[in-house]
Amino acid sequence: MSEPIRQPRRGYSVRSLPGFAVVAVFTFFALYAPILILVAFSFNAGTSLAIWEGFSLRWYAQAAANEAVQEAAVRSLILAGVAASVATVAATMAALATTRTRRFPGRTMIYALINQPLMVPEIVTAVALLIVFAWIKVATGHTSMVYLISAHTAFCIPFAYLPIRARLETMDYTLETAAKDLYASPWKVFSRVTLPLMWPGIIAGYMLAFVISLDDVVITEFVKSAGQETLPTFMLGQLRRVVTPEINAISTIILAAGAILVSLFFWLSRGRR
Amino acid sequence: MESHSETAVEARRISKIFPGETEVRALDDVSVSIHRNEFFTLLGPSGCGKTTLLRVIAGFEPPTMGALFLAGKDISRLPPNQRPVNTVFQNYALFPHMSVANNIAFGLEMLGKPKNEVRKTVDDMLRLVRMEALSARRTSEISGGQQQRVALARALAPHPEVLLLDEPLSALDLKLRKEMQIELKRLQNETGITFIFVTHDQEEALTMSDRVAVMNTGKILQIGSPQEIYQRPAERFVANFIGESNFLDATLSGHTARLKAGGAYEVDPPKGVSDGTVSVLVRPEHASVRAGEPKANEIAATVETVVYSGEATTLHLRLGTDEVLKARLPNNPGGEALPEKGAAAAVSIAPGAVTVLKD
Amino acid sequence: MAEVSEMSEPTAGALEREAERDDNRTRWLLSLPAMIIIVLAAAGPLLVMVVYSFLTPGDYGNVKWEFSTQAWVNTILQRDIFDDTLMWADAHLSIFWRSLSLSLITTVMAFAFGLPTAWFIATQPPGKREFWLFLVTVPFWSNLLVRTIAIQELIRAEGVINNLLLLLGIIDEPLQMMFTNFAIAFGMTYVYLPLMVLPIYAAVDKLDFRLVEAAHDLYASRWRTFWRVILPLIKPGIIAGSILVFIPSLGAYVTPRVLGGGKNLMFGNLIELQFGQGRNWPLGAALSLMLMAAVMVSLIWYVRVTSRERSDV
Repeated sequence: MSEPIRQPRRGYSVRSLPGFAVVAVFTFFALYAPILILVAFSFNAGTSLAIWEGFSLRWYAQAAANEAVQEAAVRSLILAGVAASVATVAATMAALATTRTRRFPGRTMIYALINQPLMVPEIVTAVALLIVFAWIKVATGHTSMVYLISAHTAFCIPFAYLPIRARLETMDYTLETAAKDLYASPWKVFSRVTLPLMWPGIIAGYMLAFVISLDDVVITEFVKSAGQETLPTFMLGQLRRVVTPEINAISTIILAAGAILVSLFFWLSRGRR
Repeated sequence: MESHSETAVEARRISKIFPGETEVRALDDVSVSIHRNEFFTLLGPSGCGKTTLLRVIAGFEPPTMGALFLAGKDISRLPPNQRPVNTVFQNYALFPHMSVANNIAFGLEMLGKPKNEVRKTVDDMLRLVRMEALSARRTSEISGGQQQRVALARALAPHPEVLLLDEPLSALDLKLRKEMQIELKRLQNETGITFIFVTHDQEEALTMSDRVAVMNTGKILQIGSPQEIYQRPAERFVANFIGESNFLDATLSGHTARLKAGGAYEVDPPKGVSDGTVSVLVRPEHASVRAGEPKANEIAATVETVVYSGEATTLHLRLGTDEVLKARLPNNPGGEALPEKGAAAAVSIAPGAVTVLKD
Repeated sequence: MAEVSEMSEPTAGALEREAERDDNRTRWLLSLPAMIIIVLAAAGPLLVMVVYSFLTPGDYGNVKWEFSTQAWVNTILQRDIFDDTLMWADAHLSIFWRSLSLSLITTVMAFAFGLPTAWFIATQPPGKREFWLFLVTVPFWSNLLVRTIAIQELIRAEGVINNLLLLLGIIDEPLQMMFTNFAIAFGMTYVYLPLMVLPIYAAVDKLDFRLVEAAHDLYASRWRTFWRVILPLIKPGIIAGSILVFIPSLGAYVTPRVLGGGKNLMFGNLIELQFGQGRNWPLGAALSLMLMAAVMVSLIWYVRVTSRERSDV
């Protein structure tokens, strides 16, 4: 007697590979678990990072009251704000110069220079800056934030550049041609046509630069003068001492801020047309 | 010779060479004089240089050689935003972040016109292209045909001396295109502005233009009225590009051309063609066919193909010389029956319908 | 007619050249601010570092302006303190080796977990795909230090993993996971994994599945299809992902510092040492340039391999 043919429930899919889905889901779990545990323990009532003793917001309160944390947070925000602003302006100008154009002499060099911070390991840049700034500090006695700001601005430029350039490339150049045809001067072409249309890209670039600056550890660590802590360098320093969930609280805040900014960035780069 | 006041745009020996591995001569020693208040068309296949010439006139491309004059003044060095010339772009190039009204107002604002003048002109323009109801809409929310009208209004609003139109109707469907052709002609008449129109559609060129310049590979081959271009094409390419053509071998002596296939016809040969072997053009609609043996001054032929197309039938006839002649006959009810495929037929060509071509 | 020449028929190409010159100048002026900033605070200092690598270390850090190639020699060689013979700088060499091997291990592990993940996301129906993609990108954008700290809190002696294992009775004493090579590799894999996923995802997304269907149609099993058809087609994505993981691993600083402690140095930590306790700035400069050279070599290799791929097809 013949057996009834068992019909596969979902049909044969060439897209499934054995075991891949399992590994994938596990990987997602593994990606998020450490972060989620970190966040969870920031609400720990006890002082342990691994033994749960109840829910409490004490560490957030402690972090908020901690003057060193406050100072570091403010410095981080100011640094990111200034560096991202300057970087975005410079990147916007550079993007206008290098996008939607024929090959012009020097274009490769400009590209190479703009992308240079991405090509070199951070530690190498950090050390080079340490050397140069140390010399300047000795020569001038000047130890303000200007070193940090210039260092951050420099590595923020390629990050601001990329989304701005991406946005520019989707823009129809005939629009600017039409504006010129209708008697607009070069500045008017930019302010009335180019700028309004590339605005989402500029905002996206700003936000990316801001996040990158906020998160930076290595370069900041090497360039800062005594007492010029940012939130990440503060945390790095804290790791040498007894660690409490206060670190988790600060980390969670940093994660939340980053997540919000990045979500905004994605929304801006994709949703709007 | 036209006086300067009659000439709107003059291109003098303009060449445009694009450098590269293989040099591209987009324009090759082009000279043309376009009259004031004229509907002038640049006609040719893709890559013939017509759009390049338009862009040179608009100021978006500097010419490699030659000079450009507007109403007698040399504007070769003027940037586009200083030329009283406006363009209707092929893809309309409407500003997506501005409303219809603001798009139309743009040129006037750039010229610094006072606000009430701008508003009045915009209203006039909206009325002219019949878009008053949609003045506040974003340009991304209106149909293709409506966008086209806005692009027109925007370019006309500053009342330029010359309006350039770069294949503006190519994106429209057939019915809309025919409507817009009539519309454009009306606008040109009403505004009195010189229109320079670029197209690859020869029918469009013939219906709309006062004069047509046929271009190919960067050169202007012939300039003339639609009738001149159609009836007396200067050379083979023009004849082939405009309408349907039959090219036949013939021998020319004086004002008589004797077709190799048979028959003698009176012709008016163009300058520069000498007696001897020539090519002649016969338009399909000037050839008539009947079944049977040829009589005097008729050509013997065999029907190879019969193509029915509603209002007319085209017969492909193989002549004794092995040439193929296309004859196009209107389908009149109650008319004589046409010979069928494979049948013997007699072809006669209307007098005056044979044109000698300069090769 | 004198006026004709006044009307100036421009010489061939003169107008074009003028327009081009103006255009070039504008573009250069616009690029200037970005270039100046980067030259002053990123690229320029690298050149200064080259100079410093040929100087002599100062007594309390910084340098003495005397020419010396000692730093370069000391990157791989050292003098025996007793009899002054030149021998291999074992400490440095073991650090180079650790950096290379841990980076390679990290790349392989990232590939092992990243490939199935990328495949999974790319084979989701279009609506869900965005969600999973977003999910994989969020950790990528999270602060590197925070993610490293998260790993540290997991694998410490008093950390979550040990507590769990102790609780379950699987072990009697906490496992020593921190301050080991394992910790560094584990941490770097965790931190750089998203960088492997994204390029592979892009490659799978572009894959023409009709080729896979054709293979199945011709009697190939899933695994053979994978090896013979799919893998070669997504190779560019795999190579890109590998480079994106390998290069940052090579130059890693934060992760080995937090997870490796003072005993298991990687390249970056060795460099830092010269500017801290080591007080040998020229050596630090020389080591940095070595690291940069290693990265450049990897990049050149990558460019070579990818252009070969393209020309083979």
